Amino acid sequence: MAPRVIIIGAGPAGVRAAAALVEAGLRPVLIDESRRDGGQIYRRQPESFTRSYLELYGTEAGRAQDVHRTFEALRDHIDYLPETLVWNISEGEVHLQQGTRYSRRPFDALLVCSGATDRLMPVPGWQLAGTYTLGGAQVALKAQGCAIGLSVVLMGTGPLLYLVAAQYVKAGAQVAAVLDTSTFLQRLRALPQLLTAPTALRKGMALIKVLRRAGVLLKRGVTPLEIEGSAQTGVTGVLVDIGAAQPLTIACDAVALGYHLRPETQLADLAGCTFEFDKEVGQWLPSIDTDGRSSASGVYLAGDGARVRGADAAECSGRLAALAILRDFALAAPADELARLRRELARLERFAAGLRAAFPWPAKLAAKLPDRTIVCRCEAITAGELRRVVRDTGAIEANRAKAFSRVGMGRCQGRFCGQAGAEVIAAAANVPLEAVGRLRGQAPVKPLPLALRIDDGLDHEAHQICPEAESCIADHAIAQEYCK
Amino acid sequence: MTSVQSDVIVIGAGIVGTSTALFLRRHGMSVTLLERDLTGQQASGTNFGGIRRQGRSLQQLAMSNRALASWYNSRELLGEDIEFLASGHTRVCYHAQDAAYFDDYAREAHAYGLDLQVFHGEALRARYPYLGREVLAASHSPLDGHANPRLAAPAFARAAVRAGAQLFEQTEIVRLEKDAGEFRVSSAQGRVFRAGAVVVATGAWAGPLSEQFGEPVPLVARGPQMAVTEPVPYVFKESMGVYTSVKEESVYFRQIPRGNLILGGGPSGPADTRSGRAAVLPEHTLNQLAQFRRLLPALTPLHVIRVWSGVESYLPDNEPVIGPSSSTEGLYYAFGFCGSGFQIGPGVGETLAELIATGATPIPLESFAIDRFKPVQRAAAMSLPLSDTSMPVALPIRVGNL
Repeated sequence: MAPRVIIIGAGPAGVRAAAALVEAGLRPVLIDESRRDGGQIYRRQPESFTRSYLELYGTEAGRAQDVHRTFEALRDHIDYLPETLVWNISEGEVHLQQGTRYSRRPFDALLVCSGATDRLMPVPGWQLAGTYTLGGAQVALKAQGCAIGLSVVLMGTGPLLYLVAAQYVKAGAQVAAVLDTSTFLQRLRALPQLLTAPTALRKGMALIKVLRRAGVLLKRGVTPLEIEGSAQTGVTGVLVDIGAAQPLTIACDAVALGYHLRPETQLADLAGCTFEFDKEVGQWLPSIDTDGRSSASGVYLAGDGARVRGADAAECSGRLAALAILRDFALAAPADELARLRRELARLERFAAGLRAAFPWPAKLAAKLPDRTIVCRCEAITAGELRRVVRDTGAIEANRAKAFSRVGMGRCQGRFCGQAGAEVIAAAANVPLEAVGRLRGQAPVKPLPLALRIDDGLDHEAHQICPEAESCIADHAIAQEYCK
Repeated sequence: MTSVQSDVIVIGAGIVGTSTALFLRRHGMSVTLLERDLTGQQASGTNFGGIRRQGRSLQQLAMSNRALASWYNSRELLGEDIEFLASGHTRVCYHAQDAAYFDDYAREAHAYGLDLQVFHGEALRARYPYLGREVLAASHSPLDGHANPRLAAPAFARAAVRAGAQLFEQTEIVRLEKDAGEFRVSSAQGRVFRAGAVVVATGAWAGPLSEQFGEPVPLVARGPQMAVTEPVPYVFKESMGVYTSVKEESVYFRQIPRGNLILGGGPSGPADTRSGRAAVLPEHTLNQLAQFRRLLPALTPLHVIRVWSGVESYLPDNEPVIGPSSSTEGLYYAFGFCGSGFQIGPGVGETLAELIATGATPIPLESFAIDRFKPVQRAAAMSLPLSDTSMPVALPIRVGNL
């Protein structure tokens, strides 16, 4: 019998994998959280929007169009489940949420292409309204056709910093400044590795030219000091140290932050994959082989959700993982293509390493964060409180420190604060980052509606729920009255 | 390496082990507290956090009442806040026989120092108008409450250390032996600890130790199925749960002042003592969601942000083992709390410390003796008249132990 293959994520990795499996005669299930295919980088605009590929994706228009067309050609040959969250994984089965409907799907092979989100370093004031991630700022532009503010500062480091800035400029948004924590020297040193993909390098330099031509204030080697504003006003400005006598203040009403990317690894964790500490990126990553096989039998990982190597590498690793599945289930996989994909992925990996060297994660900033800085925004826990927990309880392991401090315990489950939290702990305890470990993934991957129910066409509970149910909890006053 | 000598060695730094160590110090005895990993990580740190006396078997109530004093005095006792809230605790039910049982239990518990108020019909609706229409009755214990399990046992451990106990974490026991009236405990790291008395408070890991002293117990490891919602305005001051003989219905919840609702109950999940990990089964989460919509329809618009479990230990009669070994002088046990050990923990610690330090305790321990699991002699069993209803007693399993 043909193996039942489930692919999670309809970005470049998932789409290329699905295509390879369909070519081999399989009918994979493709599950995606979004309403439309494309993932983050090739995110499609709503059907009613009319911007051209060139306007939306710039130099990547051709690739975006190719991925979208490939997906459209697959539609009749795959089971596509959009707007569907895989919230948990158990032995040989994924657990799904579609609105308030629950269902489960068995698999023989699971390919997780969960993508990446911004890697974040806290800064005082980053909890203020008007603070976004670079990825979030880009989603606003692509999917909603709007900017995050009237006057925007983009701060952090990484290729996305310049890409989003250039996209904002081209869309006519006012970019008040681009503030990069990495230096020109770091860029120069990475040049030999970056030259492994000269086209990508040229595209990157073209982005900077766009910013120059638009007269955007561009500062490198900055140290973020504060996002200014108040709970009432939201963001009003950004304060950075630029190595001058006086820190620089830039007025703005929105800030986008990001320090390159981090893989979304919770699904790999729930699938039982072993993780290893990658010293070079300073992150715990699921172990994979060249083709994307994880340590868990039948579980494969591809795209930025496995290793941050960019969209081109995601296409490559997605297809490679699909070939691995075919081979593991004794199905024919083209050998010449296998060798070519591996070579291509290795080349793109060298370029990715160049990007990491050119835009390094500013780990040292964590130790210098003022005590008042909120580290965990979901639970509003400060760096000072986390340091106190480390000092008073001796908790240096991430999950232990979480249990005592609540850092990583909120809605995002540490996805956005976990890495910086680990840096704060490591600095406070004076131990290597590796010794802090990583936050264990726990279901659900995203908040799960309490209204979730098995959809079997029968309404079991209609008779039980009082008509006011939906409004009860929202009405604080009524609920308090109840509890007197 | 020189050996560490003390009056008592406590193995296991959960809520029972840490509180035993603290109370032993208060009796002036020297204590070594050994923990294979870190303090309060398993059942003690992952449970619901219910400070609940009602619903316990009557024979547990004396110790449970004693424990309650520790929770009320926890700030003074421990020198830190473990988020104990004297919120009151309420059991509710869906079935007529359970509503009748509430009245019976309230009457019986009163004699053991637990005062309960039972509400039926209109009185129930007036007091708890937000409960689902199927709820028939409520049993309210005003003095019970809840606390933060992640903080409690580590705080007891710190208090014990401040009081002079020696704590050794990440110290796995590889051998426990008694020789010439003295216990000798060897760790995997090659350390040796010696004492005149040993307390085994190792939860789901107690089996091999008691077996070594000729006292095997049918201990089973299982995990509670916990979940927590996003924070919403703090309105549910009472901790609450469903009493029922239908396992799926037995859910419970509490809200903390930060606003999150902590949810649990229903069938337990698989737990593994080797890895120290326990799982939350997706179908159990799904059942909980349905049961909470039934119990508290107003929760329907909320979201669960996280689920978790931990390794608990269960015994067939749903009672723990507490007290001296029946085979070995100086050896004491306290484990197998069947998902209900958190509240009673400090009472167990205080009682064991008293027993070890003074040789006696006013708290009755007969029901918790380890020798109740001694294999029944074949001859003795045969001699029982077949009509005797007390013979193959299947002890009533209580569910809804919130």
